[in-house]
Amino acid sequence: MYSEKVMEHFTNPRNVGELPDADGVGTEGNPVCGDVMKIFIKVKDNIITDAKFKTFGCGAAIAVSSMVTEMVKGKTLDEALKISKEAVANELGGLPPQKMHCSNLGADALHKAIEDYRQRQVRS
Amino acid sequence: MEKIYLDHVATNPMHPEALEAMLPFLKEDFGNPLSLYPPGAKAKEAIEGARGSVASLINAKPNEIIFTASGAESNNFALRGIALALQNKGKHIIVSKVEHHSILNSARFLEKSGFAATYLPVDKSGLVDPDSVQKAITKETVLISIIHASPEVGTIEPIAEIAKIAKKNNIFFHTDAVASAGNIPVDVRELGVDALSMTAHQFYGPKGAGALYLKEGTRIVPLIYGGIQEGGRRAGTENVPAIAGMGKAAELAKRDMGKRSDYVKTLRDKLISSVLSKITNVYLTGHPEQRLPGHASFVVEYIEGEAMLLLLSAKGIYVASGSACSSKALKASPVLLSLGIPSHLAQGSVVFTLGEGTKEQEIDFLIETFPQIISRLREISPYSKGWEGTEDGTCTAKK
Repeated sequence: MYSEKVMEHFTNPRNVGELPDADGVGTEGNPVCGDVMKIFIKVKDNIITDAKFKTFGCGAAIAVSSMVTEMVKGKTLDEALKISKEAVANELGGLPPQKMHCSNLGADALHKAIEDYRQRQVRS
Repeated sequence: MEKIYLDHVATNPMHPEALEAMLPFLKEDFGNPLSLYPPGAKAKEAIEGARGSVASLINAKPNEIIFTASGAESNNFALRGIALALQNKGKHIIVSKVEHHSILNSARFLEKSGFAATYLPVDKSGLVDPDSVQKAITKETVLISIIHASPEVGTIEPIAEIAKIAKKNNIFFHTDAVASAGNIPVDVRELGVDALSMTAHQFYGPKGAGALYLKEGTRIVPLIYGGIQEGGRRAGTENVPAIAGMGKAAELAKRDMGKRSDYVKTLRDKLISSVLSKITNVYLTGHPEQRLPGHASFVVEYIEGEAMLLLLSAKGIYVASGSACSSKALKASPVLLSLGIPSHLAQGSVVFTLGEGTKEQEIDFLIETFPQIISRLREISPYSKGWEGTEDGTCTAKK
């Protein structure tokens, strides 16, 4: 049911963990529904230098989290904001249709983390 | 890598003798049981022999057994067929909230056809309270159907007690015994039921063979009209090989039941006590004692079932889950929710069901592997001490 790439990222997820000194944190999803993703980013000179995640969810949700944290490193904030759910799914060699909406939370969580970073900038 | 199959409630491998019993009817003895020449008679004889074996397994009379194609068909047949036959007497049925979809969706069909249906709640161990059955009965009630044993949480319902209430009120009583018949003693006289569903692949028979026990004299409207097969109650040329296989499997189940169930129960108890003692924040679902002998079901807090299932599968261990993500409908099992398990916890559902082929070393390997898989997923999970964001009970899938 999952592509090889999804299984690979699910069984060996990259960037698992938290960044205690994160510059932005974003959470998407609801445990009631089965998937929650929390993403942490470090930003320097408008570029995402590091990203980590914690995810409660199915194989697809974990693979998506792993993939999005890989994709985002080294990108400018504006480039990162352009990463879509579809782009993440494509990088993973596709997701089953029923998983596209509920488990594909990576891009949304990422965008929230960037939003969080920008709000922190305004405040400081 | 050795494969460890622990999903016997989904289906079972066939017993070699049951398979053997089918082969002649897939090969040389291919006659139609309705034909009057010898090959027909041979097929007919096989069906009647199987009918006797199935009847004997549940202490029924052979003429009280109607062969069907599945447990789901038997459930549809019983619920719709009996209710429709009695609709002039009344239009109310009672079922529980922990029924199989083939009962729940048949009940919904009846509701669309002008019946009223009551869905009885269960307690946290999955038990239906017989008093609640009594209270739900109205002058209109014509049929009550309660599952014998839950495939999802293993709980065995107090069917004899509930059947007594039905009888006292002169109401027909059906039980879905698909997960229990052939695995634990099922005696239709002792249970006092009027109708009972069962299927062969739950006791090492083939898929494609089910049966409905219908007490002599019970009226039923067919689902399938046509010829005179099964006394005119279920038309269609019989699946002779599958029925022959079911007959053999029933015979073996009757002979070996005690031995099989003692064996899986010992392994199951070892599994349950090891899981509960080795892993924190894990809860057994269903009734602790009154449960199917090979059934061990849990919810594991802070992680999700499909992820567990896939990591176990990568180790060659095949199990089931009632989590939303592991279901095609993406909804947490309604049975788990009916037991009062909150949705976020139901996501951590995992169900192990053992069979006669399960080996002790397989359970030992599982006991060793499962905690590692849980800690790995818990390392990835943002939750470890408590839940946040669970107060919102609705899931808004982002489009």
